[in-house]
Amino acid sequence: MANPAPDPGIYYVPHSSKWPLVGSIGLFLMLAGFANLMNGNKTLGMPMTFAGIAVILVMFWGWFRNVISESVRGLYNRQVDFSFRMGMIWFIFSEIMFFAAFFGALFYARVLSVPWLGGIGDGELTNIYIWSGFEAAWPTSGPEQVGGEYGLIGAWGIPLLNTMLLLASGVTLTIAHHALKAGQRTQVLIWLGATIALGAIFLYFQMYEYVHAYRDLNLTLGSGVYGSTFFMLTGFHGVHVTLGTIMLIVIWFRCLKGHFSKDDHFGFEAVAWYWHFVDVVWLILFIFVYVL
Amino acid sequence: MATDTATTVHDDGHEHAPSFIDRWFFGTNHKDIGTLYLLFSLAMFLIGGAMAMIIRAELFMPGMQIVNPEFFNQMTTMHALVMIFGAVMPAFVGLANWMLPLMIGAPDMALPRLNNLSFWILPFAFLIMLSTLFMEGGGPAGGWTLYPPLSLQQGNSMAFVIFAIHMMGLSSIMGAINIIATVLNMRAPGMDLLKMPIFPWTWLITAFLLIGVMPVLAGAITMLLTDKFFLTSFFNAAGGGDPVMYQHIFWFFGHPEVYIMILPAFGVVSEIIPTFSRKPLFGYQAMVYATASIAFLSFIVWAHHMFTVGMPLGGELFFMYATMLIAVPTGVKVFNWVSTMWQGSLTFETPMLFAIGFVVMFTIGGFSGLMLAIVPADYQYHDTYFVVAHFHYVLVTGSVFALMAGAYYWLPKWTGYMYNETLGKWHFWLSTIFVNLLFFPQHFLGLAGMPRRIPDYNIAFSDFNMISSIGGFGFGLAQLLFVYVVWSCARGRSGIKVGDRVWEGARGLEWTVPSPAPHHTFTTPPKFDDRDLAHGDVSH
Ligand SMILES: [Cu+2]
Repeated sequence: MANPAPDPGIYYVPHSSKWPLVGSIGLFLMLAGFANLMNGNKTLGMPMTFAGIAVILVMFWGWFRNVISESVRGLYNRQVDFSFRMGMIWFIFSEIMFFAAFFGALFYARVLSVPWLGGIGDGELTNIYIWSGFEAAWPTSGPEQVGGEYGLIGAWGIPLLNTMLLLASGVTLTIAHHALKAGQRTQVLIWLGATIALGAIFLYFQMYEYVHAYRDLNLTLGSGVYGSTFFMLTGFHGVHVTLGTIMLIVIWFRCLKGHFSKDDHFGFEAVAWYWHFVDVVWLILFIFVYVL
Repeated sequence: MATDTATTVHDDGHEHAPSFIDRWFFGTNHKDIGTLYLLFSLAMFLIGGAMAMIIRAELFMPGMQIVNPEFFNQMTTMHALVMIFGAVMPAFVGLANWMLPLMIGAPDMALPRLNNLSFWILPFAFLIMLSTLFMEGGGPAGGWTLYPPLSLQQGNSMAFVIFAIHMMGLSSIMGAINIIATVLNMRAPGMDLLKMPIFPWTWLITAFLLIGVMPVLAGAITMLLTDKFFLTSFFNAAGGGDPVMYQHIFWFFGHPEVYIMILPAFGVVSEIIPTFSRKPLFGYQAMVYATASIAFLSFIVWAHHMFTVGMPLGGELFFMYATMLIAVPTGVKVFNWVSTMWQGSLTFETPMLFAIGFVVMFTIGGFSGLMLAIVPADYQYHDTYFVVAHFHYVLVTGSVFALMAGAYYWLPKWTGYMYNETLGKWHFWLSTIFVNLLFFPQHFLGLAGMPRRIPDYNIAFSDFNMISSIGGFGFGLAQLLFVYVVWSCARGRSGIKVGDRVWEGARGLEWTVPSPAPHHTFTTPPKFDDRDLAHGDVSH
């Protein structure tokens, strides 16, 4: 879209849709089921969770199919396009704030609370009376060594490789975007395919690393505050890469079907934005979780 | 695609009225969804209010009277969660849905289906949350802030409550995205941002707050969940974590949250006072900038909720001064409301009464907030009834009064009929008298040292508690009057039909469409004169 300014002459109001209500029901089933599972109620929890996930998948499929068909039929004008853009941008911003909470926890633990436990600054008496003998260091599993001894994952092995993979995927995706703008569909499919492959390889290495950490290093989610922040940050990032890869696959098929034109391909751009966001989160993660 | 200008593409292929299911369950119409939001929040207001009645009944006299302490704690916790996430926030989103498109001259919200999703998540979220009351171990009882380690020690409810709050947060984020897209993208041609009415302005800023902090709350409660069920040690000192860290993350959400509940209230009041003063809003641009300043400051004051938790002195001082700074833009607002009324040709219909009540009593809440901001004083006030009195002044006589003002102000536009003015005035005076009876004595109780969240208390506190409870019952009953007024107005019982411009002093695009507002409005972009806007001619 060359000029995203709203077209003031024509308003578009979409027709009613059952998918929002279906989505709410799916969300309800999935989360209420999950809560039941956590409380050990498998008979109710299992069917609810899986039914919920199924309903949500159907909702995504139906809702997007609906929107894509409306888009292909040319019902959307520039104003709608701009609203979609705003929606995607602020959705990504909310995701950034979600990660910010976990980075905040990491920084708070490293800079403030762990040193306090070790008797630095205001924590002197806490250290003497409650945690005497504990010396602040990072990584740590705390004064009681929750989770037992553990090994660390070095930054310059798989994590560095994964950084390279994601950076490369950002490049291939940009090449695909340029090819799309130039109208070379084969090129788009090749470079988009490369991006998907890089994402999948990243995920494979991440899984490999997790297995290694759990099996060989005894580094788990339960390894004190280090294990908590390490797995929650990399874990949520991994979930986002998974989602991003699925989105890229959908976009690949849409390219194959010729849904996108040179100057009208918001679906492609939205996924590209998301992928770059996931990229940037990884870079921050690589620096603060692995290197420093 | 149609190429002629000035048409709306209603992609429904038919013009006949939608079926009941299509309209209320699958709908995309901002007015219908707004109505759903408002009715839902009214229901939650009554449920949360019933919980407050139980609390006040138990506190009527010292000693254990009616409920056991566990249930009492569930009531204080649930009352807060229901009122915040179920009553006040959805009510303002309902007003936004109804009024934003009308005020900025748009045919609907920017993302109508997302809008419906935002709404329909809420009933399911509250179904999950309220159902915990009937589970083994009961509902959450550790306070709505869910502080660990206490919140991690309660029964089965925790996972349910956390997921319910996740759903409410999701709904809020999607609602906020929709409002941002609507305000930035759907304004009528010629309506520059600095010509836009003040209610959309306050909502735009609120929406940024929502997107900024609801995900942080999601993060905080996710950490609670993993600490309880998946062995993490975020809030466990033995594992290197810190329970105080939860409080920091929570209040990074929690403080902006209180502005999420008050900024739209500022907007409503800023619409109403000019109408019944028959003058443009005084200092329109100052109002906009003051709102933005409050929003910015709200991100850097959170630890004033934690002065007694043991922070370094530098932190205490920073958060004390930053908090006091908020009094400056808030003072600008109060000054501008008073200046708008100054030398105006005032009349005192019910919306205006509630708006003036808001200005006076919200200011009382603001002052007690300043008292709480002072670190050494807060050491005395913290976790006492003084805090309870403070936040109920800003939330009940603040947010809720503004919601009432807005409801009376726009009810005729929604229904086409005037509400019963006599009953409206009764509702205002009963509410105002009883709400002060309810909350003002709680200041004294707090200063005398009565802690909050206790079912029983020292007999020294008996008299003020009894007065407070009487005020509470009276205030609760007065709200039933409100329900009746709304119902009778919707049924057209007054028989008084209203015209487009319901209030003769009202300005703005919403008063140029018929009453009741037709199902589709502004299907073509409206043309308007700057002088038609509530804040007067701002073209300079
Ligand atoms: Cu605060």
